[in-house]
Amino acid sequence: MIGGPQGGGINSSAELYAKALLRGGLSVFANIELHSNIMGKHSYYRVTAAPVPIRSHVDPVHMLVALDEETLFGDAGERKHYPSHQGHVHRIAPGGGVVYDADLKIPAERFERTDIHLHPVPYMEVLEQALMGIGKGGQGRKYVVMRNIVALGASIGLIGYDEELVIEVIRESFKGRKAEAAEMNAAALTAAAAYARTHFPGRLERQLRPLPVEQRAKRLLIKGVQAVGIAKIKAGLGLQTYYPISPATDESVYLESKAPNFQMTVVQCEDEIASVNMAVGAAHMGVRAATSTAGPGFSLMPEGLGFASITEAPGPVVFLWQRGGPSTGLPTRSEQADLQFALHPGHGDFPHIVIASGDIDEAFADSFESFNWADRYQVPVVVLLDKFLASSLWTIPPIDMSKLVIDRGAFYQPTSPDTNGYRRHALTATGISPRALPGTPGGIFSTTSDEHDPQGHITEGVENRIAMMRKRMGKLDVIAREIPESFKYKLAGPKDADLTLISWGSTKGAILDALPALDGRKVNFLHMRLMKPFPAAEIGKILSAAKTTVLIEPNYTGQLGALIREQTGIQADHRVLKYDGRPFSRNEVVEGVEAVLAKNAKEWMVSHA
Amino acid sequence: MPDAVADAPRKFTLQDYKTDVHVDWCPGCGDFGILSSIQQALLQLQIPPYKIAMISGIGCSGKTPHYIDTYGLHTLHGRALPVATGVKLANHELTVVAVGGDGDGYGIGAGYFLNTGRRNLDFTYIVFNNGVYGLTKGQASPTLRKGLKTKSMPEPSIQEGINPIAVALGAGYTWIGRGYALDVKTLVPLITQAIRHKGTAFLDVYQTCPVYNDIRTKEWYAGEDIGRPRLRRLDTEPDWDPVVKDPDDPDEIVGKKVRALQASYETGDRLAVGLFYAVELPTYDDQLAAKVPALKDHPLVDLPVFQRDVTPLFKELE
Repeated sequence: MIGGPQGGGINSSAELYAKALLRGGLSVFANIELHSNIMGKHSYYRVTAAPVPIRSHVDPVHMLVALDEETLFGDAGERKHYPSHQGHVHRIAPGGGVVYDADLKIPAERFERTDIHLHPVPYMEVLEQALMGIGKGGQGRKYVVMRNIVALGASIGLIGYDEELVIEVIRESFKGRKAEAAEMNAAALTAAAAYARTHFPGRLERQLRPLPVEQRAKRLLIKGVQAVGIAKIKAGLGLQTYYPISPATDESVYLESKAPNFQMTVVQCEDEIASVNMAVGAAHMGVRAATSTAGPGFSLMPEGLGFASITEAPGPVVFLWQRGGPSTGLPTRSEQADLQFALHPGHGDFPHIVIASGDIDEAFADSFESFNWADRYQVPVVVLLDKFLASSLWTIPPIDMSKLVIDRGAFYQPTSPDTNGYRRHALTATGISPRALPGTPGGIFSTTSDEHDPQGHITEGVENRIAMMRKRMGKLDVIAREIPESFKYKLAGPKDADLTLISWGSTKGAILDALPALDGRKVNFLHMRLMKPFPAAEIGKILSAAKTTVLIEPNYTGQLGALIREQTGIQADHRVLKYDGRPFSRNEVVEGVEAVLAKNAKEWMVSHA
Repeated sequence: MPDAVADAPRKFTLQDYKTDVHVDWCPGCGDFGILSSIQQALLQLQIPPYKIAMISGIGCSGKTPHYIDTYGLHTLHGRALPVATGVKLANHELTVVAVGGDGDGYGIGAGYFLNTGRRNLDFTYIVFNNGVYGLTKGQASPTLRKGLKTKSMPEPSIQEGINPIAVALGAGYTWIGRGYALDVKTLVPLITQAIRHKGTAFLDVYQTCPVYNDIRTKEWYAGEDIGRPRLRRLDTEPDWDPVVKDPDDPDEIVGKKVRALQASYETGDRLAVGLFYAVELPTYDDQLAAKVPALKDHPLVDLPVFQRDVTPLFKELE
């Protein structure tokens, strides 16, 4: 773990390191915790690596790299009431180590730990020496930001990882005009690693080595925002609209950076009402249109979604990156508390699709397929994601794209340019009416957010109203029938388990990784994905057969639990909840499940952060 | 706008721009004049109906697309401009005309009125400005002047009405005009000019609501009480010259904006109508096409975007 002030370079050092671990054949999972602040507040990046696949973090830290004192002991000194954190020294695993700046002159007693190894490294002195070695002596003050690389280098020296792999990644990151920076960083890293080896030889038992070259498979290190962005590009995204908001902005910025190469238009709007309505307009014109936002932005979109749905627009697809709510809430933190809102975004009854992705592969598949569903069923689609999925770095094998198919749904083909009487909302058996692309002779239509007749003109007649409600809402049955089961849910583990865990979204990784630790129990895990239309019959069948059920959700009210109860009449026996704005760690899952069962409690809250 | 006449296979008649949907506006409504003017302008321009998209907000004016036989989206209250923006971005070969009321555009949609001016996408926005919320029975709209009380208001308004022309000048609209709904003869050429303009054209239209606005009536505009018309036509004034000749000359731009601003205030029982300001500046469309050259020749909707090769993107992540 590397921690320090925002703007202190923890992102770049952690991501360089993570990439170097990937290159060494290891599986990496890295996630960041940061304040909603530009500069100065505490943030930290956790990098977890193993020779086997991992998709979650654990709370104990084996190597803590501190860029400042707050990372060690927290901010109790400056905030007497409700310190925001207690630092990370107390999280270091027995036998683990800490690297910190010797210039802080912290007496060893202050750590109050005799079971960890202390490694004070004089960051500026090491940096000065490194710079001197490449002819830039006396310029340490100018390059003070490179303390992050010194700290990283020292930790790499201590754990025995291959520093050449890190230097390779540094050189790739700083190319062209920045090549000089690459050499300075490489020198700082090498000097710091050497300093650590010289001054603290052979102290750490826990070492981290790359795999032998022949065992290093081709894998990717990818964030959720990148996976979603690439899937959208593959799916034929034409227009992306957005209003800046954490943690969704990174996805739009990623797309914007690729827009010229892939012939896309990305528009930064004046607010989320404009974002959603621009996308609806473009969708009606036949462009695959999307908008990305977080909870507060989604709060402005309901009228646009109702408009899209009643006018049977083929989209848009809304990517909702959840964060801590309500209101402004915790802008840069994790929570999955927008499920019920995504299911009911607006007044009146209208059809839309809600799918919640649990990991990178699902986020990719859901993002791609959502555009097919929007076109095929002419409904808006909400893809539920979250900050943890957005900004964490995940290790995955290359994604298989060979089976991806584009489905644009039914189009109206006028028989002649002078065709009259095209009915944009024609009543059909499936409720889906072939759409004309505006600009087509003979396909002219108007449609409206008012209730309308098959031709799209306003009418308030009773018969038409009933027919139109049935037409639109009936599409949900078609959707439920046609969407493959693989998109609806996944049941991992034995069918005849004694214990069934239930969850959704990105908590998936921590639960899957925790299963082996739930010793002695025959346990399976139901991960829900398609939330609307909800596969009530299938889930009801699984849960009726389950012996003991534990719902695990990062929100206060157990929103999936409420949905399952609404749809199946079944209530989970126990609930493990977490609403501290931090994602579940693997050990929190284990602790919560063990505790709720041991105490036979209805509900158990966990919070290790 | 694209060269519509060239690809028109035949001459379109006024009937081609009309639907058979019953127009449910009140007898004597100013909206009839605007509807008829839009249809006549489209006829004069001979734009094929299937190449036009009419986008409207909510209110009496929102029903306009149902009465014009073109592609139409009757959207949400205040959101016509974002929808029109999405429509034009998706298919810039369409002639896009957004319409809405003054409550729609200057009240609930004020943020979009402002920001649409910043973009200068190539479409036209026509506001039916009658000073009241007609469809909800006559409450004060954002243009009703302070101290006025229409017949359905319990008390006179204690907030000032906005000056839409002034806001449009500040927002950056590149074509700004004002018409009068009951003067179709001058309104039609204003609409044709607005549609022809390359960039976002904004046309505010004084419109009478005979049912709820008993202050700004046909007779009031005609100035029956003061013995002369209240409207003054800018194009009849000899030294009126609202078109910027050198868009790179900030002095000319500011000078013409200041004159337009002065003319836009309703002082001395004088209400100016006509073209207030026009300048040719790069459009949002132009700037997008500079980034994606294919957009010069094809609308976004026609680009080959499906199953793009994303292997280089994955390569960056190895």
